[in-house]
Amino acid sequence: MLKEFTKGIFKENPIFVILLGLCPTLGVSTMVINALGMGAGVIFVLTFSNIFVALLKDFIPTKVRIPSYIVIIASFVTIVEMVMHAYMPSLFASLGVFVPLIVVNCIILGRAEGFANQNGVLVSILDALGMGIGFTLSLLLISLIREVLGSGTITLFAMGSFDGVIEIPLLFNAPMRIISLSAGALLVMGYLKAFFNWYSSRARG
Amino acid sequence: MSYIAIVITFVFINNFILTQFLGLCPFIGVSKNTESAIGMGFAVTFVMAIASVVTWLVYYYVLIPLGLTYLQTITFILVIASLVQLVEMIVQKISPPLYKALGIFLPLITTNCAVLGIALINVTNSYGLLESFVAGISAGLGFLLAIVLMANIRERLDLEDVPKPLQGVPVAFISGGLMALAFMAFDKALLTNLLG
Repeated sequence: MLKEFTKGIFKENPIFVILLGLCPTLGVSTMVINALGMGAGVIFVLTFSNIFVALLKDFIPTKVRIPSYIVIIASFVTIVEMVMHAYMPSLFASLGVFVPLIVVNCIILGRAEGFANQNGVLVSILDALGMGIGFTLSLLLISLIREVLGSGTITLFAMGSFDGVIEIPLLFNAPMRIISLSAGALLVMGYLKAFFNWYSSRARG
Repeated sequence: MSYIAIVITFVFINNFILTQFLGLCPFIGVSKNTESAIGMGFAVTFVMAIASVVTWLVYYYVLIPLGLTYLQTITFILVIASLVQLVEMIVQKISPPLYKALGIFLPLITTNCAVLGIALINVTNSYGLLESFVAGISAGLGFLLAIVLMANIRERLDLEDVPKPLQGVPVAFISGGLMALAFMAFDKALLTNLLG
């Protein structure tokens, strides 16, 4: 049971191992807060779509299963969109088109088709949480690297007197701008993937 | 915005893959050889052009009059999914050679974020019908350009002695990054210089 949860975080990490959901990963990873917002959105949609697909798997005819999954996913994405728009307008604005695009995030349809439609509700929830957390952690790693090197800051939620922005002493005055631009996203992703390849081949001996 | 400006913006300045990060899955997945990259590129351009028009019509003639704009995400993805299915059937009937060339790529396009992306961007920019159509074609051509360039680079990379951990996907990402760097030469200033 626990294995279904942890596999998404390491062994079958959606971003670095199975390479799914790349567009939002690179598109929103300029600030740490974007990664947190996107991750929360994906965990929510993934968990609920997995629950509903697991519940409805015996009622949905096989031929129309993909459109049905898409409707289920799109409904939860619309909920996320409305909640984010109402309570976190600045986050909604900076994620932009990537919020509605959670619908076509291949991780979610992939889990519905590849896992939830053959398994029970409880296991599907664990699977969704594991995959969602794996996605969020990878996204956090990429955006941490990009924001620290590219702008010399770490942006979190503003609370009380803390405005949410941590400045990194030396890098803040002379950041490597290129890392926060689009080219930097692709370069960081490439080198991280290479690092994980190297690490896993070493671990295997 | 004039039509030329829309074309230049979507092909070069806001290239969907290299600056907007829409449609990365096929960009990495289908760029192993030039032939299939060209097929995928044209299939995406085709679907994006039609999808831009159809989603525009649905948005302005169905969703707005009924006050249902909050349903745009669900509506657009359903419209696109059925559209892709329809296009597949029509192409199969009318032109078997074209179907042979594009057929296997069409089902993959439903979950390509570039198609849903262009529909949403057209609405955000409040483009007219013809402007949406031009934006759809241009964004598709930008995708075609990027994926064909990438496929050519990867075919050459296969002959090179790439360090083992970098082989395959990582080196593709890094080459993509260098391409994005080159595309940074196209910016808003270029547009003002060209069109005044």
